[in-house]
Amino acid sequence: MLDTILFYAFALLVLGGGILTITQRNAVHSAVCLIVSLLGVAGLYLLQQAEFLFAVQIVLYVGGIMVLFLFVIMLVNLDRAAHERQFNRQWMVALAAVAAVGAEVSYFLYRGAGAFHVAEGAVAGGAPAGAGNTEVLADALFSEYLLPFEIASILLLVAVVGSVIMAKKRI
Amino acid sequence: MHPITTAHYLALSAGLLLIGTVGVLTRRNIVIVLMSIELILNAVNINLVAFSHTLHNINGQIFAIFVITDAVAEAAVGLGILIALFRNKETVQADEIDLLKW
Repeated sequence: MLDTILFYAFALLVLGGGILTITQRNAVHSAVCLIVSLLGVAGLYLLQQAEFLFAVQIVLYVGGIMVLFLFVIMLVNLDRAAHERQFNRQWMVALAAVAAVGAEVSYFLYRGAGAFHVAEGAVAGGAPAGAGNTEVLADALFSEYLLPFEIASILLLVAVVGSVIMAKKRI
Repeated sequence: MHPITTAHYLALSAGLLLIGTVGVLTRRNIVIVLMSIELILNAVNINLVAFSHTLHNINGQIFAIFVITDAVAEAAVGLGILIALFRNKETVQADEIDLLKW
């Protein structure tokens, strides 16, 4: 009961924030609406007992990526862009294509919604009872997924070096 | 009030994905296009966590962590490119950047 109400509240935050993000004229307003949407997603993680991802979502997205966005909005002069046309010339085509995809996805979801109950019974390699979400996650991340974890750290290093070189005036 | 199933989460994630796609396809401002890409990646994460919760399998959440890592790298590089572009062309509108068109 409470879960249902919370789900719809967070869904409203996510979708409302998302729609406002792509329709605002001012980029700072867009960023604030995106923060609302990301906080809604964090709430959904908490609703599904993914506490570690909830913390990561808030710390990394709301605290990290959004600050990066706001810094760039501050550095780049967006005043001229705010007074110009906001949408492409071909926005009607894009909207029609997205509506077609949306109709397809909702048709498949409507037809296949019952099939997920079959999977709900099959527990594959479940988490040991009593261990917390973070503990289970760390266990899998540092044993089974150690190599992808290290590759991800190399990816981050490359991204940091790349963005510094890109934003530097003269190398 | 009916209980929330996995299908609800999938429908929400599909909605967020479509909103993000509309943003990428129609907006001219590159900063907002990058924000729309973040929306799309979040839609993927909702899907992964929903199935992780349904199947009692932790792998979905680990994939979500890797998706977040990729989102961070993508945002950093994308905003670096945006700053370099603004320094050279004085514009942030995606359709005014046509250096390679004739």
